[in-house]
Amino acid sequence: MSWVTAADRGLAVCEVCGKVGKMAENARCSRCQVRLHSRKPHSIERAWALLLAAFVLYLPANLLPIMETRSLFGVQRDTILSGVVYLWGSGSWVLAIIVFIASIAVPLLKLLSLSLILIGVQRGAPEQSLQSARLYRLLELIGRWSMLDVYVVAILVALVQAQSLATVAPGPGVVAFAAVVVLSMLATMAFDPRLIWGAGSDQQPSERTCEPKPSTTS
Amino acid sequence: MNTLPIACHECDLLLHKAEVPGARGVMLCPRCGAELCRVGPDNLQFLLALTCTALILLLLANLFPVVGLNIQGHHVDTTVFGAARQLWRDDTPIVAGLLVATTVLVPLVELSVLAWLLFPLCSGRRPVAFVPLFRSLQLARPWAMVEVFILGVLVSLVKLSHMADVLLGTAIWCFGALMLVLAVLSTAFDPRALWQAWEEARV
Ligand SMILES: [Zn+2]
Ligand SMILES: [Zn+2]
Repeated sequence: MSWVTAADRGLAVCEVCGKVGKMAENARCSRCQVRLHSRKPHSIERAWALLLAAFVLYLPANLLPIMETRSLFGVQRDTILSGVVYLWGSGSWVLAIIVFIASIAVPLLKLLSLSLILIGVQRGAPEQSLQSARLYRLLELIGRWSMLDVYVVAILVALVQAQSLATVAPGPGVVAFAAVVVLSMLATMAFDPRLIWGAGSDQQPSERTCEPKPSTTS
Repeated sequence: MNTLPIACHECDLLLHKAEVPGARGVMLCPRCGAELCRVGPDNLQFLLALTCTALILLLLANLFPVVGLNIQGHHVDTTVFGAARQLWRDDTPIVAGLLVATTVLVPLVELSVLAWLLFPLCSGRRPVAFVPLFRSLQLARPWAMVEVFILGVLVSLVKLSHMADVLLGTAIWCFGALMLVLAVLSTAFDPRALWQAWEEARV
């Protein structure tokens, strides 16, 4: 089966209202007057920049303490991993697994799979398109759940204060961790999933161009 | 109407509405499987009612404490803003901002904008600044994280339960109800229906 895209026909879909319009230089949507782009401009470069920043911050996010508990027994510094270990040790296995998935597995898998998608698009691997598209949709869906640990720190910091025997303060790791979550969400948004299926009509034809579409269906 | 082509926003496939196989009100792209559009209950009043309900729940969720603790006779509790204030004092203003933005500010902006757009549209008038506001809705949506916050509260309760009696505050039930209303709202929300109402409305 052959597919005809809007770009093949010199058309572009409006990102805001969804109306399909004629693509030209500086073309605007006939309904909402927003600039039309066949693909988001500089999508891959922006996605890589944000993604690399997220990779860099991933290390301090996991190595630095996200939380410091001061009590009569001294100072205890918790990283994300030690929080999971603590939950596991105290018998809350379900929560330990949830926090492990949300705070450790999801951010890492997100960074890695977005890199794979970007590399796939740049290398040109049309046979992977459907997988990449599904993966991308999954990333959009699950990325937000990594904020879980940031909220946990926020609640603990607010509740465990002077009145009690211990004081909890946020550690530097939680800032880095929040930045990783935000940056990787921004990277996902900067990427245009339509690039998975082919370049747009307003882009330089690169090594990776759409294959010529046969007019008859096979 | 059906002769106008539509294009998949995730793979750029060009289609005519009639060609799309529809399943239970949701039309999926035949190539990449993205959701092309929903045929929701074509009722802007219903959306407006949900939006107003959600706004009230959001207000209540911020008036009452989310969680509380009893430690040796002391009672401590906190609201979302209380937690943000403490984070601010502890020199993590970024985290404080993120907390308030994702649980209060973004949902508040999103719901108010939606109410602002739906109210005139329900009586066949065009809302002021429809296009930029609609765009802001699209940008805001991924940053509202009420459901993640609820899970975060539950995890922190488990962590605290060994050292004190923990109490769920009124606000957590409001957040829970808000989460459900927002879920119904996002399933019933069809952007195309909004644009159609806008085109048909008086200028
Ligand atoms: Zn438009
Ligand atoms: Zn598609």
